[in-house]
Amino acid sequence: MTLELRGVSRKVAGQDWIHPTDLTLSPGSMNVLLGPTLSGKTSLMRLMAGLDQPTAGRIFWQGQDVTGMPVQKRGVAMVYQQFINYPSMSVYENIASPLRLQRTSRAEIDARVRQTAEMMRLTPLLDRRPLELSGGQQQRTALARALVKGAGLVLLDEPLANLDYKLREELRAEIPRIFEASGAIFVYATTEAEEALLLGGNTATLWEGRVTQFGPTPQVYRAPVDATTARVFSDPPMNFQPVAVRGGMARLDGHDWPVALPDGSYRAGFRAAHLRLDPLPGAIPLKTRVDVTEFTGAETFLHLLHGEARLIALVPGVQRLERGAALTLWLDSTHVYLFGQDGRLACRAPYAAVA
Amino acid sequence: MDKPVNNRAWLLVLPVLVLVAFSAVIPLMTVVNYSVQDTFGRNQFFWNGLGWFEDVLHSDRVHAALGRQLLFSGIILAIEIPLGIFIALNMPKRGFWASLVLVLMALPLLIPWNVVGTIWQVFGRVDIGLLGHTLAALGVDYNYVNDPLDAWATIIVMDVWHWTSLVALLCYAGLQSIPDAYYQAARIDQASRWGVFRFIELPKMRGVLLIAVLLRFMDSFMIYTEPFVVTGGGPGNATTFLSIDLVKMAIGQFDLGPAAAFSLIYFLVILLISWVFYTAMTAERERP
Amino acid sequence: MARITLENLAHSYRPAPKTDDDWALKPMTLTWRDGGAYALLGSSGCGKSTLLNIISGLLHPTQGRVLFEDRDVTALPTAARDIAQVFQFPVVYDTMTVRQNLAFPLKNRCLPAAEIARRVQDVARMIGMEDALDRRARRLTADAKQKISLGRGMVRHEVNAILFDEPLTVIDPQMKWELRTQLKSLHREFGHTMIYVTHDQTEALTFADEVVVMSEGRVVQVGTPRSLFDAPAHTFVGYFIGSPGMNLLDAEVQGATAFVAGTTIPLGTAYAPPKGRVQIGIRPDAARPATEGLPFRLIRVEDVGHHRILRGEVAGAAFNVTVPEDEPIPASFDRVALDPARIGVFVDDWRLAPLERAA
Repeated sequence: MTLELRGVSRKVAGQDWIHPTDLTLSPGSMNVLLGPTLSGKTSLMRLMAGLDQPTAGRIFWQGQDVTGMPVQKRGVAMVYQQFINYPSMSVYENIASPLRLQRTSRAEIDARVRQTAEMMRLTPLLDRRPLELSGGQQQRTALARALVKGAGLVLLDEPLANLDYKLREELRAEIPRIFEASGAIFVYATTEAEEALLLGGNTATLWEGRVTQFGPTPQVYRAPVDATTARVFSDPPMNFQPVAVRGGMARLDGHDWPVALPDGSYRAGFRAAHLRLDPLPGAIPLKTRVDVTEFTGAETFLHLLHGEARLIALVPGVQRLERGAALTLWLDSTHVYLFGQDGRLACRAPYAAVA
Repeated sequence: MDKPVNNRAWLLVLPVLVLVAFSAVIPLMTVVNYSVQDTFGRNQFFWNGLGWFEDVLHSDRVHAALGRQLLFSGIILAIEIPLGIFIALNMPKRGFWASLVLVLMALPLLIPWNVVGTIWQVFGRVDIGLLGHTLAALGVDYNYVNDPLDAWATIIVMDVWHWTSLVALLCYAGLQSIPDAYYQAARIDQASRWGVFRFIELPKMRGVLLIAVLLRFMDSFMIYTEPFVVTGGGPGNATTFLSIDLVKMAIGQFDLGPAAAFSLIYFLVILLISWVFYTAMTAERERP
Repeated sequence: MARITLENLAHSYRPAPKTDDDWALKPMTLTWRDGGAYALLGSSGCGKSTLLNIISGLLHPTQGRVLFEDRDVTALPTAARDIAQVFQFPVVYDTMTVRQNLAFPLKNRCLPAAEIARRVQDVARMIGMEDALDRRARRLTADAKQKISLGRGMVRHEVNAILFDEPLTVIDPQMKWELRTQLKSLHREFGHTMIYVTHDQTEALTFADEVVVMSEGRVVQVGTPRSLFDAPAHTFVGYFIGSPGMNLLDAEVQGATAFVAGTTIPLGTAYAPPKGRVQIGIRPDAARPATEGLPFRLIRVEDVGHHRILRGEVAGAAFNVTVPEDEPIPASFDRVALDPARIGVFVDDWRLAPLERAA
């Protein structure tokens, strides 16, 4: 089972909601759509589901052209941000509802409902009504309903966004397990970089209706093709600094390191976690002033002023630093990405080549 | 939206199309047909061009009816919209009383129009009606059969009684959709009751108010049954509204040509005024 | 601005509460100093919103008092409490411009026009919306609307406290960083007492000087972000703070040694012989893959970017270990070693103080 989008685009009232997109989702794969609100995640999903028709381009399911085929005829299931269940039915009846529509036999329905409920850990709750359940359990019911009919394509549109942090953490750890058991193609939209990393599989980064990159999640994270992808896939946001390259040497804050690039102006990008407090031989010293420190459990976020620019660093341990204090942070040049003036990646951070 | 690729879907629309054709399009075309022809009987028609339209447009009788109609709709909207909003604001938000009030409010809407007319016709009679008799006993000189002002008052009060619930229920639905946080924020900002209404409730009710105004306007502009039952258009022509006049012309005098032209103009006037309301009330939205 | 005291405060939504479960908020006494930044942290239904509503005056507590400085405000309505609040979903007056929105609370308090104009200008600068002052509020993005909500509170100089009810729920991750930093700067610059309700531990820890962790209507622990992380008073705090939460293992403790499933684990300090269900707790970042120590069965590795999470089991219980990005994971290992200084001991879910400190 493969889903293939060929040159698919969508225009609404003269505005490009989705720019021409080619995307192939391979059988049994987990695919994350990562991008901020209004970047086109939901629009793209609706095209995949057949809820909307593309303005141009074709959609193929298992090699067969399904463009224009109504959603009822495609084997798709969708789970939304809101917990959508039938309020007057029990959890059991909710899960059974898609099978009843398919005229499956009674015994078969019962077997499949119980099997799915077991997988979703809903067995003790089968007789309850959705509104008597917690948010996490309601969303699990919705997920079970999506999975029970054995759809080949399961679309999840920010399914955990309305859940508490801890519940989100628990379900997030469960989703890869559920996915592996189902064998379907999963498409999962999220605004959070961390969620994409935790889910693994493949990630497509979206920005203003365009898929900027698609590939295995760790690869998109560590080898972004342009500055936009790097920014979308960094939380805290990636730091950017102007860099000049002369005679094969890049220069940032008076420190030089060799790069195989023609002379010119570039933008250096580096992630918050790669800035260090302890000196490292050969690393770039960045002279900054402290603005805000934020403690988050095992680590501290430092919001720093570097000249006019703002930098964010993520350092281990508890750091109590006075506002306005001078602070030197060390950046290993192997963690620096260089982007050209057009935003394209000019030179990947050397550390990522190995990973 | 996008065109469905499956053309068989059109077949499913066919029954509705046939129904609409018989119930609306064909009668309308008949009316158009009558409006441009004249006859001297024996089913012989000849072309009259826009003659009837000119006659109707210059007719004092139609002008007077149109004037009465505009005044009536104006008064109805001026009373029912603010009153409906006021009632909606004071309805209980939840619990047993909310359900009870909702049922009570819906009652007048469930009564057939001619029954409403009959009720008020009897209610207002000086000899046996509760209202008429009480007023007479109190020394008020009230008689809707003879006094044009009393006739108007009766019809207006009747319409307000009949239809204010609709406005109130629509506004109530609009008010229910406002999250509590808005009221709380307003309390923190120390907004006055008027401020809460003006800056939170009114903006959030605008959608339903538009529907309420349009419905009440169109309905009041086409009012026929109730005044026909209560006053029959009298005394004199005091309560002869457009539709009553139209029926008199078409059925009473059998002037089919002018009546047809009249109904088309009537239709266009309603369309025009509704459009004006709609544009005026949605214009605010488009502003940046 | 004011110090806020909650005195023996409790609330029940039932008319005559009898059992413990009837109380949505169990009796608590807390003092929040003037100008502090506090967070109420807990999952939904833990009572944090009930507490916020009592402070804002929306709810009247079943028992106890709320004091602003020494003034009893328990019976005062919201409008008389001089507080500001930012809600989960942005509340702006749609038909007004940004300027009119910011001026609204001052207009209602009948301030002179010149003073209003001056303060609106000041606040617009603080929240970085000077350029948008004449734009209509309804067209703005969610984060801009939240800034306006905050600004409407900050124009009032006499405001006692600013309450935040999960204000970043509808904000994009990238914008969250900006709003949070701005909030911190504003707090530092103007020193309002701020109370921030959230279920998100990162938001609570990064925002507050002191966090109140709540569970089932009870205050479980009040402490600095650091103390909550390093020395959780209750296993719930250990689980709730940190991502993933603290690992908990059933153990036997004798003096300065713990025994888990037959393995001996040295503890940093000695403990008095505990009575009840004994567990040891350890943060995932205080454990590391090793060739000696607790037997560990690896289930899966998750790459979260700057670190990896090793999910597995120790003695049948879930156990997570985090490894920094630049540290290699041994190709095969079946043990984890724990940092003795960072192991906590819990008896019936409550933290046991070591002997030295107790003495």
